[in-house]
Amino acid sequence: MRLGFFLREALRSLRRSALPSFAALATVLVTMLVLGVFIPIVQATTGAANEVRGRLLLDVYLKSDAKPSDVQRVHALIQRTPHVRKIQFVSKAQAYRDERRRNPQAYQLLGSNPLPDTFRVTPDHAGNLNRVRDAIVPVGATGRRAPADPSIDEVKNRRDETSKILSATRIVKLTMALLAALLIAASILLISNTIKLSLFARRREVEVMKLVGATDWFIRWPFVIEGVIVGALGGALAILLLAVGKVALIDPLARDFALITAPSTIDFTLLVAVLLGASVAVSATGSALSLRRFLRV
Amino acid sequence: MAAPDGQHREGRARSGAPVAVPKRPAPRPLGGEDVIEFRGVSMVYEGGDVGLDRVTFEIERGEFVFLVGHTGSGKSTVMRLLIRELEASQGTVRVAGRDLQEISRRRVPFYRRNIGVVWQDFKLLPNRTVYDNVAYALQVTGRSRREIRDKVPDILRLTGLATKLHNYPDQLSGGEQQRVSIARAFVNHPPLLLCDEPTGNLDPETSIGIMQLLYRINRTGTTVLVATHDHAMVDKMRRRVIELAEGQIVRDEAAGLYTGDETTREFAARMRGAVADPDFDWTASPPRTARERQRQREQDAERNRTS
Repeated sequence: MRLGFFLREALRSLRRSALPSFAALATVLVTMLVLGVFIPIVQATTGAANEVRGRLLLDVYLKSDAKPSDVQRVHALIQRTPHVRKIQFVSKAQAYRDERRRNPQAYQLLGSNPLPDTFRVTPDHAGNLNRVRDAIVPVGATGRRAPADPSIDEVKNRRDETSKILSATRIVKLTMALLAALLIAASILLISNTIKLSLFARRREVEVMKLVGATDWFIRWPFVIEGVIVGALGGALAILLLAVGKVALIDPLARDFALITAPSTIDFTLLVAVLLGASVAVSATGSALSLRRFLRV
Repeated sequence: MAAPDGQHREGRARSGAPVAVPKRPAPRPLGGEDVIEFRGVSMVYEGGDVGLDRVTFEIERGEFVFLVGHTGSGKSTVMRLLIRELEASQGTVRVAGRDLQEISRRRVPFYRRNIGVVWQDFKLLPNRTVYDNVAYALQVTGRSRREIRDKVPDILRLTGLATKLHNYPDQLSGGEQQRVSIARAFVNHPPLLLCDEPTGNLDPETSIGIMQLLYRINRTGTTVLVATHDHAMVDKMRRRVIELAEGQIVRDEAAGLYTGDETTREFAARMRGAVADPDFDWTASPPRTARERQRQREQDAERNRTS
C-alpha cells in the first residue's frame, strides 16, 4: 500500500509540475546523448593509442656467424631479462624469404643471404622498452654501449619514432581521460542542478509536509521515484537516439574506418546498460540529496 | 469591550529581575493538567536577537488561550518552539509533560502529529485538492484508505466545506482556505491546536466564522492557543489572554472572566457585538449562489442599521 501511495504521489507531482519535470528529462537526455557518443570515442582513441604502443618492439640482431648454440644462449638471456613479454625468433632463412617476397628483384641480384638471425622482443609495457634495451645492451663504464652477449651484433628500436609515439599516445590518452572526467562531472552537476531547481520551486510544499508531521523518508520517496522515472525516460530516449544514430551513421562507416571497428570499443548493450544505470542513479540520488536542505524544518 | 490600555499594563513586571508571572486567572477547568508548560524559557536567535526572555506560563487541558502582542513581541517564537521548529536556548518547554528538548530530530515528525497547527498563510499544498490536503495529514500517519475515506468528508462537513472537496486551494477564498487548514489540523483530533494569526489575512466577518470554528473545536475538549494581534477580537472573546512585549509576559489574565457555557451560535452573536438573531443559522455552510450571497449582504446591512 505504501509503495502504491508513493508511486501515485510521484506520478501526481510529475503531472502537476510538468515543466520542471520536462526540463530535468531534457537535461538527462542531452547529457546522456553526449556521454553515449563520447564514451565510444574515448574507448576507440585509447584503444588505437594502445595498439600503436603495442607495436613498439626491439630488434636484436645477432652476428652473421652466430651458431645455433649462440642463438640458444641469447634467447635464454633475453628470456631472463625483466619486462619482456614476447620473444619472436626470425631466422636468417625466414628473414630472407620474407624480404625476398617483398622485394624479389633486389634479392635476386644479391644472390646470397646477408640477413642475420633476429629476435623481435616485445616489452610488457611500451614504457619499459628502454629498460629492456638497457638490460640487453648495458651502458658500459666508458659510457659506450656494449652487448651483454658477444653474439649480439646490434639492438635497434627505431629510437626517434619510439619516443614520438610514446609521448604522442600518452598525450592522447591523458586528454581523453581528462575530457571524460570533465564530461562526467559536468553531466552530474547539470542534472543535479536541474533537479535542485525543480525542487526549489516546491520547497514550500516540502516545508508544509514537514510541519504536518511527515517523516523525511515519507517526503523523500516520491521524489526519488520521480527521479527514477525522469532518469529512466531520459536515458531510454537517449539510447533510442543513439541506436538510430548507430544504425544510420556508424555501421555504414565502420567498413571504412579502422577507428570505429577497433576491438576495444565498448559493446553497445553494455553502453546501454551503463547509460541507463547512470541516468537513473544520478537523478534519483540527486533528488534525494538535493531535498536534504529543504527537509531541515 | 476593550479594557483601558493602562489596565493591561498593571501586571507588567519590568525587566531586570526574572519576570514575576501575574496571578493566574481564577476560573479554570477543574482537574486539568498542564498541556503546555514554559519554564524560564529564553530564546536568543543567531545574531543576538532576543525572541523570548525567561518566559514562564502554563496552559491547562481544555483551555482557550490568546497570545497577544505586537510584531516582534515573541508570539511566533512561542509557536515555533511548540512545534519544535526551534529549540529553546534556555529553560524547558513541555507539552503534555514531555520535554521538547529531549525529542530527537528523527522523532519530531511523530511529535508534530499530536498537535494541530493553523497558520496565517494557511500553508496548504497547492497541487492538491481540498480533500487531498486534509487526507495528507492522515496519510503521513499511515492510516488506511478506508479510514481516510470515512474521516475526511466528515471533518470537511464540520468546517463547512462539504461542497468544495475537489477544488484546489487557489480556487477558494481566504476564509475557505483557512477552514481547510483547520480541517487538516483537526482531522487527527489532536489534544492541542495551535493557531498563529489565523485571522491575520481575513476580513472581520470571515474572522468571526473562523473564531467560531475554533471555539467549537475547543468545546470538544481540545486545548486551543491562538496567537493574534487583533485586540478587538480578543476582547470580545473574553478568554484567557497572555500578552507578550519584547519577549516577556506583561499580562496573563482572563479578560472579562467570561466562562459561561454558551453555544456556538450565541458565541458568534456576541462576537458580532449584536443581539443574537435567533433565526440565523451560523453553523450552516456559506452561501453558494449569487442570490444567496445577495440576500445575506442585505441581511447584514439590515443588521448593521439596527444595531
